[in-house]
Amino acid sequence: MSAREASVIFCRGAAPGKASGPAVVSRDAMCFYLVDPPTGTVIEAGHAIEGRSIAGVVLVCPGGKGSSVVQADGLYQLAKAGTAPAAVVVAEFDTVLVASAVVVGVPLVRCDPEDFAQIRDGDTLEVDSDQEVVTIR
Amino acid sequence: MKLTDRDQEMLDGIDGEGVALAMQVLVAIGRAFDAEQMCDISRAHVALSNQDADLWFAERLVAGGAVCRVSPTVNPGFCLEFFRQLPGLSSADMETMERTEVAYRALGAQLTYDCTPYLQGNVPRFGEVTAYSESSATPYMNSVYGARTNRESAQSALCAAVTGRVPVYGLLLEENRMGQVHVHVEPTLTDEFDYHLLGYAVPRKAGLQTAFVPVFTGIPANVSPEALMNLGAELNTGGNVPMYHIVGVTPEAPTLEAAFHGDPPDETIVITASDLAEEQQMLSAEGGPIDFALLGCPHLSLDQLRAIADRIGSRKFKSEFWVMTSFYAKELAGRMGVAEVIEKAGGNLVPDTCIDQVVWKHLAGKKGVTDSLKGAYYTQRRDMEFVLRSVGDCVEAAIRGATS
Repeated sequence: MSAREASVIFCRGAAPGKASGPAVVSRDAMCFYLVDPPTGTVIEAGHAIEGRSIAGVVLVCPGGKGSSVVQADGLYQLAKAGTAPAAVVVAEFDTVLVASAVVVGVPLVRCDPEDFAQIRDGDTLEVDSDQEVVTIR
Repeated sequence: MKLTDRDQEMLDGIDGEGVALAMQVLVAIGRAFDAEQMCDISRAHVALSNQDADLWFAERLVAGGAVCRVSPTVNPGFCLEFFRQLPGLSSADMETMERTEVAYRALGAQLTYDCTPYLQGNVPRFGEVTAYSESSATPYMNSVYGARTNRESAQSALCAAVTGRVPVYGLLLEENRMGQVHVHVEPTLTDEFDYHLLGYAVPRKAGLQTAFVPVFTGIPANVSPEALMNLGAELNTGGNVPMYHIVGVTPEAPTLEAAFHGDPPDETIVITASDLAEEQQMLSAEGGPIDFALLGCPHLSLDQLRAIADRIGSRKFKSEFWVMTSFYAKELAGRMGVAEVIEKAGGNLVPDTCIDQVVWKHLAGKKGVTDSLKGAYYTQRRDMEFVLRSVGDCVEAAIRGATS
């Protein structure tokens, strides 16, 4: 991992809260329904982070995907099992993802594309949705 | 976002905790999308699912005394009356659906249990502002009717139904309804199954995971409602497409220029016959012997049920044959003798039920055939393997016990 200095990027907060953890960066949008609740492992065939766990990490992905139903239930099941991501950072909001994160209580923020692109897999991220900043360490 | 005095009262809990919770969710969404204000809705459809999160949230609203100001139609869970007669479901499985029904009844929802409310029961006029969740419903409302809804989640639509309000952003605003990607469809599409494939192929070929509005040319003017239902369901499952235009067909696209609001498209793609064939091959399990056919994601219409009965004639199914439909189409199919043909062949016509439900657990580990790419995608978690074929070919496969 590169020895970069901490950098602070501004974001837009949707679901409130603060959390930190290692970044897991996915180039594919996320459907939380296709994540295994007991382990937090992505089970969607062919997904960019198939086989990796998103439990307790800061999930960094372009956005959400999936029908109006399954996103909320997927995230809820992870939260109930204690395997939800600590926070989610996206490049674009969609209503289903925002509503799901708000209802289930997972901090969710959006960054501008150039800031979003700075985040690397394995970076330690601090997400503060209330102050609308993400710190990369 | 600027709230009216009435919005603020709801947020402050004057109408009870349930309404306040609904308003909190809507305000968070409005802030996320930089909405300037909220407005009234005239209709809503909630993607009830009988899943834990759905029940948990609905019961929270009920506990807070919420009753819907705009009574929504709702999606299917599973039909208690139908599945009570069959073996295989635990009392816990039954209890979740029973509690879901109790909660939504208390919320004052219309217990339609149908994912195609836009074909019957909850049909808007042009320009109405609504809140529709359900991936086939949102594009149908925006595209086919020219009504306005964002791509609501089950929970955000329920919050809108409870308060009668939505934040104004996205597809509620004229400027966001313009097309972005021109999609020319080269082959002449003849079967409704082709639209399932088309819907899935477009986001992949456009390479877009984020929301976009495609503008289609090359689709015949006499395209059926069922074809449009399939197209929207798959566009909004394979991708994030809450609205599309079809030039010369949908109301906001009298011409190509009008669909793009006079701007040039960001991108133009051509869908060929081999794109559709590739999509089918990529997503389908290998053909051969099958244990079951499972149709009706989205719910098949009365016309589709009639076509199935006509094809069956006096033959019998070798494989299990299940068709999910609305209570309305099932009732009419019964009156018209269509249900009798399907049932005499050994098939089952199931109302009020979704493909992604616990009632299908006896099919886990087995191989089936369906026409729905959406259905096959969401049941990855339920260990069901699907060969993808047209409805007509699914019927033939279930009669022979094997696909072509």
